[in-house]
Amino acid sequence: MSQADLTMQGHSAALVAGRPFSMPTKKLAMWLFIIADTMTFAACLVAYGFLRVGTPDWPRPFHSITNAAVMTFILLTSSLTMMFGVQSAKSGDKAGAFRWTMITAALGIVFALLHIREWLALIDEGMTLFKNPWGTGLFGASFFSITGLHLTHVTCGVIALIAVGLRYKGGRYNADDLEIMGLYWHFVDLVWMFVVPLVYLMNLTH
Amino acid sequence: MAVTEQHKDNATGKYLIVYVCLLALAGIQFVIAYQNIDAGQMFVRMLIVALVEALLAVLIFMHLWAESRGFVIFVAVFTIFVLLAMQYGWTDSFRMERGGAPYSNYSK
Repeated sequence: MSQADLTMQGHSAALVAGRPFSMPTKKLAMWLFIIADTMTFAACLVAYGFLRVGTPDWPRPFHSITNAAVMTFILLTSSLTMMFGVQSAKSGDKAGAFRWTMITAALGIVFALLHIREWLALIDEGMTLFKNPWGTGLFGASFFSITGLHLTHVTCGVIALIAVGLRYKGGRYNADDLEIMGLYWHFVDLVWMFVVPLVYLMNLTH
Repeated sequence: MAVTEQHKDNATGKYLIVYVCLLALAGIQFVIAYQNIDAGQMFVRMLIVALVEALLAVLIFMHLWAESRGFVIFVAVFTIFVLLAMQYGWTDSFRMERGGAPYSNYSK
């Protein structure tokens, strides 16, 4: 073996030996994606706040908090069921992990349906992206943008949950993959915790 | 096996407690919404509650507390820095309060 071969082997070994933050690459990639997506939502919410503060005739059209409360309860419960799924997977209970993952996906679907129902009710009252009967048209643009972006994340999350759940059940994915999927789902829930007070509760009709 | 079962039960209990705390914090936000306070105060109170909720979710549900210290510092410092950097435009927003934001079609 030549000196060059020895040097190259040492260099290759050093490359694979140290993982950034001692974390599997897949998990780090998901965390980096979550941080980046957090910035996207933060920018949307700051822009919404900027417009709201700078517009005196900002409408406050939400008469009831029931729908927002139910949606919040469903999403928080789905985070818990996801935790149970990951916990079952880590302890080797494959059937339990799949069951909890599918329950989480079902709760996500219910959330999405409630959200669409709320949108249809607002559209029925005359609200569009550009105008509404209560005040500035910017309200519709910001409301549908922020909630629409979140709904897109929920929808993609549901599809991913079903796909990952089925592949986990089939043996193609393992408990770590389910945990990584769980990180995304908790992030979606986390964003909702900021959307509800800033977009819904601050715009209640008093 | 008995130790694993007990560990699983402890973790389940912890998750349930955090879940109930998150529900309670969400309930507090709904209570704040009906308080007779000005919008600025309402926003600050709701944001504080939301940040506590986020902290619980990130540390416990997303297991950030179990990751390496370097990673926790990376997430915290980078995220907080960028979030703070977004806040420079608020004085502009307060200035627009009188005339309305662009495209708001606000007329006095």
